Amino acid sequence: MISANLPILHVIVPLIGAPLGLMFRRSPTGAWLLALIISWFTLADSLALLLIVSGGEAVSYEIGDWAAPWGIEYRVDMLAAYLIVIVSGIGAVTMLYARQSVEAEIPRDRIYLFYTMYLLTLSGLLGIATTGDTFNLFVFLEISSLSTYVMVSLGAERRALTAAFRYLVLGTLGATFYVIGVGLMYQMTGTLNMADLVNRLPEVAETRTILAAVAFLTVGIGLKLGLFPVHVWLPNAYTYAPSVVTAFLAATATKVAVYVLVRIYYTLFKGGVFETLPVDEILLALSIVAIVAMSAVAIFQTNVKRLLAYSSVAQIGYMLIGISLATITGLTAGILHLFNHALMKGALFLALGCVFFRIRSVNVDDMAGLAKVMPWTMAAFVTGGLSLIGIPLTVGFVSKWYLILATLEKEWWPLAAAILFSSLLAVIYMWRVIEVAYFRERPAGAVSIGEAPLAMLVPMWVLVGANVYFGIDTDLTVGTARAAAALLMGG
Amino acid sequence: METVIGLFNYWIVIVLMMAGFYIVIAQENMIKKMVGLSIFQVAVFVFYISMSNVFGGTAPIAAEGFTRYSNPLPHVLILTAIVVGVATTALGLALIVRIKEEFGTIEDDQIRDMEEHGEESGA
Amino acid sequence: MNRHSILRVVAKLMIPYILLFALYVQFHGDFGPGGGFQAGVIFAAAFILYALIFGIENGRKVLPARINRIVMAGGVLLYCLVGLAGMFLGSEFLDYNVLGPTPVAGQHYGILLVELGVGLTVSSTMIAIFYVFAGQDI
Repeated sequence: MISANLPILHVIVPLIGAPLGLMFRRSPTGAWLLALIISWFTLADSLALLLIVSGGEAVSYEIGDWAAPWGIEYRVDMLAAYLIVIVSGIGAVTMLYARQSVEAEIPRDRIYLFYTMYLLTLSGLLGIATTGDTFNLFVFLEISSLSTYVMVSLGAERRALTAAFRYLVLGTLGATFYVIGVGLMYQMTGTLNMADLVNRLPEVAETRTILAAVAFLTVGIGLKLGLFPVHVWLPNAYTYAPSVVTAFLAATATKVAVYVLVRIYYTLFKGGVFETLPVDEILLALSIVAIVAMSAVAIFQTNVKRLLAYSSVAQIGYMLIGISLATITGLTAGILHLFNHALMKGALFLALGCVFFRIRSVNVDDMAGLAKVMPWTMAAFVTGGLSLIGIPLTVGFVSKWYLILATLEKEWWPLAAAILFSSLLAVIYMWRVIEVAYFRERPAGAVSIGEAPLAMLVPMWVLVGANVYFGIDTDLTVGTARAAAALLMGG
Repeated sequence: METVIGLFNYWIVIVLMMAGFYIVIAQENMIKKMVGLSIFQVAVFVFYISMSNVFGGTAPIAAEGFTRYSNPLPHVLILTAIVVGVATTALGLALIVRIKEEFGTIEDDQIRDMEEHGEESGA
Repeated sequence: MNRHSILRVVAKLMIPYILLFALYVQFHGDFGPGGGFQAGVIFAAAFILYALIFGIENGRKVLPARINRIVMAGGVLLYCLVGLAGMFLGSEFLDYNVLGPTPVAGQHYGILLVELGVGLTVSSTMIAIFYVFAGQDI
């Protein structure tokens, strides 16, 4: 029974867990245990799925036994399984980390609500990656987004509220744009099922309605993923959300939105959309601005969380560059960076969570001399930073390597130069933090603090270890990304 | 003339949509922003519903004497979208209530001033 | 104390019928227009009307927020359990065919239970939203 229902269990188990979480009003630990168990269950389920689809065959599941174009179909192919593993893996690790951090940052009587919202977000994100129905995707998008707004607003400072509100306004606009796009496609093809759309879209691909649909879908998903000019919600939302939320969101939510974009361009339109509309050139231009300008903005931030948030916008630029190159190597690099960026941003934000746990601040100046008192945390931060810059033997190097290979394949030297330049900017902003933490003295009257608790260090180092491990042994990640890219380009 | 009258439902949708969108962008008052957002969403609902109309078709319920039915699927989709819209509005208003408690105002420009001058510290 | 007596009398007259209509929409939903969403909102409307006219304190006595929250979660759980039941009986998630002796009967039970779950959750969510906003002091 379990094996036949694998493609749906990872979506419905968190969904069932969410209302159950409401029972743990007086017991934050109970709510945490529930979330932890469910997260690890989804990870196990997603690994099993990856194993099944790694042969190249997609798994399909018809909800309620209604046949595919009429009922809702869940369809897990290589790319979907890869993304599901990313989301559930990050979820499993952050939950392991979450208990003490959440207790320190969220009022005790609201903790059970936090875990309920986390489970809903998890279910929504996994649902987006799993579903084969464009409208069902919208529903999951909004399940995850609405619960994300709540989680952001749980931040300790009052600015978390305005950050959440602005995120809500822009996020809702994005989702509504997406619905318009889906509606236009439905109008021309009469179907919402992705597999069915693939067959019916080519006939009408040149019509103005479909071109408008592509524009709406691109802008809508662009709003959700923090595409450069419409990323304005992202820095505040990441800065003021609780640490655990920031780590989870930075590592998963934007990745899932990038996945939706890949699905639209390469699965639905089979890349043909680039011939009728210059979406790829627009995305490429915006991404180049993003990787340079946002890295430059990051240098001038005093709040390290905000610094990393701007860096996230730049990193999303790398993924979009890979995707808009429309070659197998480019797409491989983009998909690879989905995974790798999740690892490094997850590790960095978890390290910041440890810092906040001890010194109740993530300002650069307050981190002076921190390396002496929290050596393990800062070492993790440095490793994550090296990975972000793209030093060999880390995952950041692997994805940048493939990205530069892809640009060289097209002989676009200036683009390769821009990528390297933006990496240099990353060196500067990471160095600012490292310099303060390692080479300045702790201010005289500072409270004496110790290392973060082991329960937080271990999950953080698991992610840091993954940064290094997948930087050396690239078979699994590159292999899967390349296979997924080949399927998308060839299929 | 044909494009104006024959496609009148789309003109209504576009006018509503742009009106809502404009309110979201131009108004500083957060409640008004939520109102604009709702109008924007409703425009999309109207778009879906008008799209599913079949000329001469009745409500899609099997009954004696009718053979032409409107397409029921968009109705179902929009029922879901309306629920999402209600949830969004409720959450947005709840956030506005909390913002009012914390900042004492719901004018976005005033709040931005407070944020920029009052608490540069961040974190 | 006797202010708004017309409102009170009219509301008292109407509330039972609104509730009854909600139940009709709920349980007639598998034959005609209706279903859990609409019924839930109508049901909640009757309750909110009661609380508006007779005071939120009386409303809270009829349906304490704690119980409301349990109903809210319970509705979702009922929906999911029906889905899981289909799975445990050897078919797909939310497959109603296997729930009854014949597929038609199964569909009947399935949709009835699922819509009941939807109705419970929608009505209690609406009431919860009302409670939260009505309880504010601004």
